[in-house]
Amino acid sequence: MKAPATERPTWTVALIGNPNTGKSTLFGALSGVQQRVGNYPGVTVEKKLGQTSHGDQRFTLVDLPGTYSLAPRSPDEMVAVDVLLGRRADTGAPDAVVCVVDADNLERNLYLVSQVLELGRPTIVALTMMDVAQGRGLKIDLERLRRQLGVPVVPVQAHRGTGLEELKKTLAEVSGQPVQVPESPFPSAFQEEVERLGRALEERLGQGPAPPRYLVERLLLDTGGYVEGRVLGADAPGLRAELLAGRARLAEAGYPVPAVEAMARYGWVGRVVEGVVTRPSAPPTFLSDRIDRVLTHRFWGVLVLAGLMLVVFNSVFTWAAVPMGWIDAAIKAMADLVGARLAEGALRSLLVDGVIGGIGSIVVFLPQILILFFFLAILEDCGYLARAAYLMDRLMVGIGLGGKSFIPLLSSFACAIPGVMATRVIEDRRDRLTTILVAPLMSCSARLPVYTMMIGAFIPPSTMLGGWIGLQGMTMFAMYLIGPIVAAVVALLLKRSVFRGAPPPFVMELPPYKWPSPRVVLHRMVDRGWAFLRRAGTIILAVSIVMWAALYYPRPSREQAAPFLAERSRLERERTQVKDAASVAALDAALASLQDRMEGAQKRQSFLGRSGRLIEPLVRPLGWDWRIGSAVIASFPAREVVVATLGVAFDVGPEAAEKDEDGGNRLRDALKAATWPDSGRPLFNIPVALSIMVFFALCAQCVSTLAVIRRETNSWRWPVFSFVYMTTLAYLGALLTYQVGTWIGG
Amino acid sequence: MLTPLSHLTLGQTARVVRVDVRDEIGQRILEMGVTPGTLVRLTGAAPLGGPLVFEVRGYSLSLRKAEAERVEVDSGP
Repeated sequence: MKAPATERPTWTVALIGNPNTGKSTLFGALSGVQQRVGNYPGVTVEKKLGQTSHGDQRFTLVDLPGTYSLAPRSPDEMVAVDVLLGRRADTGAPDAVVCVVDADNLERNLYLVSQVLELGRPTIVALTMMDVAQGRGLKIDLERLRRQLGVPVVPVQAHRGTGLEELKKTLAEVSGQPVQVPESPFPSAFQEEVERLGRALEERLGQGPAPPRYLVERLLLDTGGYVEGRVLGADAPGLRAELLAGRARLAEAGYPVPAVEAMARYGWVGRVVEGVVTRPSAPPTFLSDRIDRVLTHRFWGVLVLAGLMLVVFNSVFTWAAVPMGWIDAAIKAMADLVGARLAEGALRSLLVDGVIGGIGSIVVFLPQILILFFFLAILEDCGYLARAAYLMDRLMVGIGLGGKSFIPLLSSFACAIPGVMATRVIEDRRDRLTTILVAPLMSCSARLPVYTMMIGAFIPPSTMLGGWIGLQGMTMFAMYLIGPIVAAVVALLLKRSVFRGAPPPFVMELPPYKWPSPRVVLHRMVDRGWAFLRRAGTIILAVSIVMWAALYYPRPSREQAAPFLAERSRLERERTQVKDAASVAALDAALASLQDRMEGAQKRQSFLGRSGRLIEPLVRPLGWDWRIGSAVIASFPAREVVVATLGVAFDVGPEAAEKDEDGGNRLRDALKAATWPDSGRPLFNIPVALSIMVFFALCAQCVSTLAVIRRETNSWRWPVFSFVYMTTLAYLGALLTYQVGTWIGG
Repeated sequence: MLTPLSHLTLGQTARVVRVDVRDEIGQRILEMGVTPGTLVRLTGAAPLGGPLVFEVRGYSLSLRKAEAERVEVDSGP
């Protein structure tokens, strides 16, 4: 032990509570910046640890996911039970449990408390939302609640910081102290069955510690079979018979499983809240209720939701463009600064194109993430997000998902990265994974440059219906329609194959409205932004450096470089001799064009360029030549990069597409002028342009999205799956588009 | 009169008689406080036959129609 002997041990404290109780806010207020976020192995549950102290007593806080009940039905739900029972080695047995309880909704919250109390750990009730309860005219007799509950009750307002000291003081008093398990809320017949089953388990399982009493209870109660599989395993037919006999005896005695649990616990809750809550005699109609009637109205509610989503979507799309421009400019300035100080060579190229470029491609997503989570945090904290899920549930059920998938999918039209991160509100694992896997199909803002360039260059600007509908606009609309249609089909297929099973229930609370807390909103934004930078950023940077190397090496041989270098010195010599401005400008243009051709030649013989030639037979049926093929491969870090990589592949340099001079641009002209070397016919036509657009609409050419999927699912399996299925879809879609397009145009 | 919870009219209050616990959904409904003897009031319905909202034990609970069918209520005379 490094710590001095006089130092007290650090107590481990678990935080548990219903969703919407302000538990995470309390965790944030207690631990401040001292948080560590990770994952529990094998599940998608986030592991949040924090540190806090009271005097010289230190605490490690474990924030458990919000839940209405400790009746595990999946590995994700088992995590909380295992942590509380001290069955997880990575968190250790908690020395105390803080159960966060919403004062405005005592009865339903106390159901969970009744389960927690049976675990036999020192327990404190942290009472939140006292202000909301008072606002609704409820009077709560705290003294009476403490007496009838038998554990300390501390009112807290985490977003104002009140009650925290009292809570920590109480924690210091009770942590690690022996507790008397309170009287069971269950009828004696049930308790006898638990004891009988416990004895049978001890005899049969023999070696090792017997399962704790709470798990034996769950074994009897949970008819779904999850706990049975976990505790008994497959080879316990005798025990299973014992279990079924016990359930049958209980049913006969008038205590059918599992209803007996809700009856017994809500019976206990009724005794605990007796005389504690005084409701106003005639419940007045609150403004909140009147607003809710509009916001959940089948017509007006949908209208408000559409308006809100338009604002959120538009903000992510347009507001973010401004700071993204700044970031781009800053990164470019930094690259120039570093570039000017280093000699030409591998180190400069690595730093400028690999490292600084890579950092730029990470940071550039921050504005979209921060803006989206600014709005989502407000909507969630004020209680609206649950209403949005409620309104859109029917629509999403149509594609095998639930209402909570709506906002993540809609957000993905701006950018799939915050969209994937927003799936955290979906508790059901299968629904969440399905949503994550189809979210990148939505046409995000990075597809726009590809669409704009291809449509501008190759789709004729003809109009119909008296000039109201243009062919270019129609094409753009069609590109945006592909995403949701394909996503709906893929979601339905996934829910019928990989994620088959009964639809998850929509049994949830619509929390009362309240003013969003700036502290919560700010915390959520910073939390999401930081999570992206730290966990996804490292992967993106690594890929960026690998891509740099694939494009930089091997270096051109002396013979390959010689003709370019000779011409360069000839042009430079000439430039020192001419005097008039027109000739200088012409020579400068020739030098720039030579530079572009040199870069094009080098990139074409790089590893990545060679792979383009290698895959030419594969992309020929799409109407592409090897130059398009290698430009598409090189855009793997991010779709929008394809505009620059096409510029390199067609010898006009990476920035040609961005310069819009004289009503046209160099890349557009270069693409129009490109021909097949064998036949001399134009390389690009409408079917080729459409096949490229369809490919980019469906492909997974975005390292950041794949990195975020890796982070959110805590496994490499799903990003790999996403990449493979989306690339296959994109290939088939592009193939179909080109072949059908050529046949029609034939 | 005994009816499924999904058949209440807007604003109507009824007393829970029985919850079908064949599967996990019934168990979740019980955990949310919809236990026999509790009063439940239908306060809203989402568009296109979407979920319903009930007031129970002083809070708003949303259930899909198919889920609400698992609850049998006594809607009075």
